Amino acid sequence: MSETYTLYNSTVMEHFMNPRNMGDLKDADGVGEVGAAACGDIMKISLKIKDGRIEDARFKTFGCGSAIASSSMATELIKGRTIDEAMSFSNQEVVDALGGLPPVKIHCSVLAEEALKAALEDYVKRNPSAGSKAPATESVSA
Amino acid sequence: MRQVFLDHQSATPVLPEVFDAMRPYFTEYFGNASSLHQHGLRVRDALKRSRQQMAALIGADSEEEIFFTSDGTESSNLAIKGAAYANERKGKHLVVSATEHPSVMNSVEFLEKQGWTCTRVGVTPQGMIRLDELEAAITPQTVLVAVHHVNHDIGSIQPMREVGRICTAKNVPLYVDCEASAGWLPIDVKEWGAAMVSFSPHRFYGPKGVGVLYRNRKARIVSVIHGGVQEGGRRAGTENIPAIVGGGLAAEVARERLSQRIAQVAPLQKRLWEGLKLKVPYILLNGPEPGPDRIATNLNLSTEFIEGEGQLLLCDMNGIAVASGSSCVSKSLKISHVLGAIGLDHALAQGNIIMTLGEANTEADVDYVVETFAKIATKLRSMSPMWDEFERGVIDSVIAPTGRGKSFSQHAAEVSGKPMH
Repeated sequence: MSETYTLYNSTVMEHFMNPRNMGDLKDADGVGEVGAAACGDIMKISLKIKDGRIEDARFKTFGCGSAIASSSMATELIKGRTIDEAMSFSNQEVVDALGGLPPVKIHCSVLAEEALKAALEDYVKRNPSAGSKAPATESVSA
Repeated sequence: MRQVFLDHQSATPVLPEVFDAMRPYFTEYFGNASSLHQHGLRVRDALKRSRQQMAALIGADSEEEIFFTSDGTESSNLAIKGAAYANERKGKHLVVSATEHPSVMNSVEFLEKQGWTCTRVGVTPQGMIRLDELEAAITPQTVLVAVHHVNHDIGSIQPMREVGRICTAKNVPLYVDCEASAGWLPIDVKEWGAAMVSFSPHRFYGPKGVGVLYRNRKARIVSVIHGGVQEGGRRAGTENIPAIVGGGLAAEVARERLSQRIAQVAPLQKRLWEGLKLKVPYILLNGPEPGPDRIATNLNLSTEFIEGEGQLLLCDMNGIAVASGSSCVSKSLKISHVLGAIGLDHALAQGNIIMTLGEANTEADVDYVVETFAKIATKLRSMSPMWDEFERGVIDSVIAPTGRGKSFSQHAAEVSGKPMH
């Protein structure tokens, strides 16, 4: 075949084929693992936090191409952010940065947001003085 | 890159001789079969010849028992709704196997909303219809039994002779969806005592755009598409003549090459499954082992700890075309109802892909697929939290339990806060 057609746009495919920040973090400061009841996907995000800022992030995902791409993009986006900034992170940022997801796959980006927030919650639980406010858990459901 | 098409269940390439036979019906013999002039009468002849070819493929007595539709979905809609409405006064109960194609399941669901009732007969873990349940499900109000010949997902070949015997004894018409078997396995409508049988040429090297419904003269159906009196008034609408001509020739070729086709793909099926089993740990074949209970074209695989759409996409990026029954590839986010009906663990249904072989596949193709798929599984497992958790003993394997850790489904329910459906 001379031309390659793809199910997702080129940014999503690129993040699926060459995911960024894939793996686990040794001595992570916060780890969040969440599952999507709708489809059965599971996402895990690990964070390294220093001086109130996300220094490093890693993901592992059991899920489709857009779930893997969403977690890859989410970990890219949140690196360098403060805890407060990260707590107001929205799945829409992932969708926008990926150049859009098919409507039925929007929940993959929601899962990435939830995994990140679960990791932040875990960090706050371990460091009660660190979090100025509880993570915002409301999210757009797919 | 090597290109390996392993989705023959969805489509097959049109044979060159079939394409040649179709061509003049687009340009030269473009007439409408309903017209009464030379142009119409000529294509009427072509229609008749195609009906004869279709009838011969399934052992039907006469071409008058063959109706043309647009595809398999339309054929099953006509069979189910057509029989239900035609026999409304006799009774409003239907019996279907739990693993029928969505075109059957959803037609039945539609009828249930209109006041019919339906019994869905369960299957064994290998996908075989439970004959005792089938027999018990038939009541005096039952007007139709629908059981497919071969399952579209897992390739199980149903015991049609026994199913036919039960329906004949209970005097209930039997509709057999042969979409996954026609052109590959022998079909004998009389041996089964089938009232209706459907199949589509695009599954056996014919064109898309035509479906076939065989209807025994004694079986009553009414039209579900209304308009002119094409197809004996059972299916209104202009016939797709080029596709019907091509489909007829594809049926004739299939009849000649039936045993040759199976003899060609059966060793490849074995080689593919044996290869994958050897190279990919924690992989499961859904449905019967290759052999008399399984069509030789189909392998339905669950690779544990990874999800099916990712497998499909990476196969595709490596030139390998496959299908999947995982929830991620369906717009409804639900796993294949067939995998649900055979009682497959949800996590395994998530890691599902379907490979269907065809005439053009070779041993070299199969070896490439085995080698490539092993790499794909390794790559996706390196990304999967489940693989890591399995290796650390947090969760256990369903395919080969180690006795340590909780089940994947239990773990998934805990992290998602809800049980998996």
